[in-house]
Amino acid sequence: MALTDGMLIDLEKKAEATRETIIAMLVAAGSGHTAGPLGMADIFTAFYFNILNHDPKNPDWEERDRLILSNGHIVPVRYAAMAHAGYFPVEECLTLRKFGSRLQGHPERVRLPGLETTSGPLGEGLSQASGMAYALRMDGKKQQRIYCVMGDGEQDEGNVWEAVMFAGKNKLHNLTAIMDRNNIQIDGMTEDVMPLEPIADKYRAFNWHVIEVSGHDFAAFIAAVDEAKAIYEKPTMIIAHTIPGKGVPEIAFDYRWHGKPPTTEEGKRFLKEIRTMGGNVPHEYA
Amino acid sequence: MNMLNASAKLSARVFEDDIDQAPTRDGFGKGTVEVGKVDSRIVVLCADLSESTRADWFEKEFPERFIEAGIAEQSMAAIASGMTAVGKIPFIASYAAFNPGRNYEQIRTTIALNQSPVKVCGMHAGVSVGPDGATHQMLEDIGMMRALPGMTVIAPGDAEEARKAVVAAAQTDGPVYLRFGRSATPIFTTSDTPFQIGKALMLWEGESPKVAILSTGALSYAALAAARMLADEGLSSIVLHVPTVKPLDEDAVLDAAKKAGRIVTIEEHQTATGFGSAVAELLAEKLPTKMKILGINDQFGQSGEPEELLSYYGLDASGIADAARKLAAS
Repeated sequence: MALTDGMLIDLEKKAEATRETIIAMLVAAGSGHTAGPLGMADIFTAFYFNILNHDPKNPDWEERDRLILSNGHIVPVRYAAMAHAGYFPVEECLTLRKFGSRLQGHPERVRLPGLETTSGPLGEGLSQASGMAYALRMDGKKQQRIYCVMGDGEQDEGNVWEAVMFAGKNKLHNLTAIMDRNNIQIDGMTEDVMPLEPIADKYRAFNWHVIEVSGHDFAAFIAAVDEAKAIYEKPTMIIAHTIPGKGVPEIAFDYRWHGKPPTTEEGKRFLKEIRTMGGNVPHEYA
Repeated sequence: MNMLNASAKLSARVFEDDIDQAPTRDGFGKGTVEVGKVDSRIVVLCADLSESTRADWFEKEFPERFIEAGIAEQSMAAIASGMTAVGKIPFIASYAAFNPGRNYEQIRTTIALNQSPVKVCGMHAGVSVGPDGATHQMLEDIGMMRALPGMTVIAPGDAEEARKAVVAAAQTDGPVYLRFGRSATPIFTTSDTPFQIGKALMLWEGESPKVAILSTGALSYAALAAARMLADEGLSSIVLHVPTVKPLDEDAVLDAAKKAGRIVTIEEHQTATGFGSAVAELLAEKLPTKMKILGINDQFGQSGEPEELLSYYGLDASGIADAARKLAAS
């Protein structure tokens, strides 16, 4: 279905709600990662409200598309988007990282239906996604698609390239990977810690189809996902350029916000930024 | 004097020089083919060692269900985890030094914590790998795998039992680690010998035993030979073969400790963290018993022929008998 202006506005609103929930849950948790989840809010909104063929009330539905989160540390964005999509009550998001919660600090499949896998240790998601894509193809399941969200810093891991070779060799065209190209990792900028560029050429050299888009342009991102569906001979890597901390200009592109949560005061300020789009629009709660 | 346990239905030629021999990895090849015929969910993945792991036996029968992962054990483990999410039952095969040696963290996160029913198969375990030397003689795998919550750990005693263990592992819901050896060892069990995951098997049952020899893996045959030597000297013993290290057959171990009052454990593994440690953990809590843990004691292996290495490390029949004599006299 073609994207209408109304659908785009709706996605923007959903993404804003997702960002608000991320800030609220991180403040309540008192630990966790801020920049990555905010930067990926648009893409997770696009997945849960437009791209995925899924059923929030029946997370184990066999015919579903599967979204694998390889860089598990950004899971607050997934929890928030899942909650808004109806997998569980939004209020449950405030249990993030608390004792007894289904919302573990890093995602655990056996605790929360719909997560597809357990992740956090980096570099393993693409292999798992490749295994799923391979197995679906063995079973002749042509409609279902496998999506794997990865970090850019994660590309340092050797296991990633083992999976890149495997998927390229086996022409897993039902597999689409999305790289959160936000240029930060814990110790600094990716190009300082361990340079990745030319990352698109690297994937092309491994027999992948590569698309580069803005991770904040819903229409472009959804079009890229559609393009991937039309590529038959190769898996596709969508390099999504994102702004870490997107929605809160004061932390954007600041790697120091990769691995820490906002304080209560910062949280209030960040929420105001998100709700008023940087002070540009009025908001009833701001 | 023959005190073989009749209900174990061991080979009629158990003490003959010409007893059939095969490496336990042959049981992996046979077992996967056997279970592959009746269950289309079975897939086998290998990391560029399909001939020496015997994964090629399955590949020949079911080429569409054999997946070559390349020399990439980490990826192989995680790919297998992904395949379970779509209903497959994968066996992943490589040398134990790499699987689980190289890919421990992938096994921990994507298989054990994920409760994925992947069957991790480590070949060429122990010093009996022989000439390849220490890098390829995995001696820490039992410890690594039994430390993982929910992981079943099996070290079959011979190729026939290995076949049964593979079939049983395929029918088990959770993750399983199966340990196999490279060199040919006596096939002392038969198709009629009982095998059940979590159950130990009494091989030799001397009257009023002075020592119990508990063994896992192919060394159980040497333990049996040691018991026969000891019986000829007038020292009565029992030999309990314990293929499943986890979950341990606690009743059988406690029963052996009660009967004999002295326990020698045997394994081709570091004495720390292995089978002997598992037995010691149980006995320390429930029935403190004098023990000797025989294995490789805080060393790496080295090149040599399997027999000379097992003899050097005290894991042949005479080394086991020596340890049993000393413990019984203590």
